[in-house]
Amino acid sequence: MKHFLFAAALILSAPAAMACETVTIGDLTVEHAWSKATIGAGRPGVFYVEITNTGSTDDALVGIATPAAGMPMLHETVVQDGIASMPHAMSIPVPAGQRAQLSPGGYHGMLMGLTTALKEGDSFPVTLTFEKAGEVTVNVDVLSMRAEGPDCADAGQ
Amino acid sequence: MLGVGAYRTRNRPTLSELLPLPIGEMSWTLTDHQGRSVRPRDWAGRPAMVFFGFTWCPDVCPTTLSDISLWLEELGADADRMIVALISVDPERDTPAVLADYVSSFDPRIIGLTGPADEVAKAAADFRVTYRRVDKDGGDYTMDHTAGVFLFHPDGRFASIIDFHEDRRFAVPKIRRTLS
Repeated sequence: MKHFLFAAALILSAPAAMACETVTIGDLTVEHAWSKATIGAGRPGVFYVEITNTGSTDDALVGIATPAAGMPMLHETVVQDGIASMPHAMSIPVPAGQRAQLSPGGYHGMLMGLTTALKEGDSFPVTLTFEKAGEVTVNVDVLSMRAEGPDCADAGQ
Repeated sequence: MLGVGAYRTRNRPTLSELLPLPIGEMSWTLTDHQGRSVRPRDWAGRPAMVFFGFTWCPDVCPTTLSDISLWLEELGADADRMIVALISVDPERDTPAVLADYVSSFDPRIIGLTGPADEVAKAAADFRVTYRRVDKDGGDYTMDHTAGVFLFHPDGRFASIIDFHEDRRFAVPKIRRTLS
């Protein structure tokens, strides 16, 4: 038990990463915004985030913008008959009372035309545009290329 | 009954047309991320874990490589003899140097393979993998490709596939079954 408490104290005293920040706009809570390091600026970066809609009206994420990339787009990884493709997503539903996730293997932001390579430990802003709630800007943490998500004390799956 | 059999032969691929060839019957020659030539016979006697992808892909490929790195970590030294290879479906952009950069972010047991377009096509055919170039606005392009991870026994027989969205708890025992 002592060991457990010690470990827990260590985790709590670690500086909170920006990916663990929570930003709200209207009924939407935006959190766990993160990206992966890239090799150079030639390859696209990726953007993941979680959006919780605590209201009673459906909303949708319709666009992203960032100074870090010339052409950020919403995409969805679709695996059909074992073949992965990555169609453009016009909008990502954020239904009332539910959580929408942009996460590895599913919906994600694709950051084409990076202005600079993304390095682990960097952060950059992304402005999300929702159909109803409007615009909100979050800070995105760049994690390692191997990361599976930010390590937040309250991280929901 | 004969009629049914004939129908199947004509209209449906047989099982052997759907499953990857045994590694010993494959015919490709590719180059690894350190510039060395690799042929299927070089893998004789070792279990293998192979998947197809490309380094320009922001989501599927790093996710698969992260998963594989975690599986390898969990398997520890038991997987040291295993061949673990990413075969690029985008040889135009994935040179050995690019692959070297890319795989260096993941478990050191993972190798990258690339080669001339016709050798990549040969490998894809041997593994029964499909891939397709999808052009995007502005001259950029991406690749659709089979996302599963193929497992082979040490004697080269195909063992099983780990699907892209398969639970990690099932992946590690599947790999373990090819190690002995």
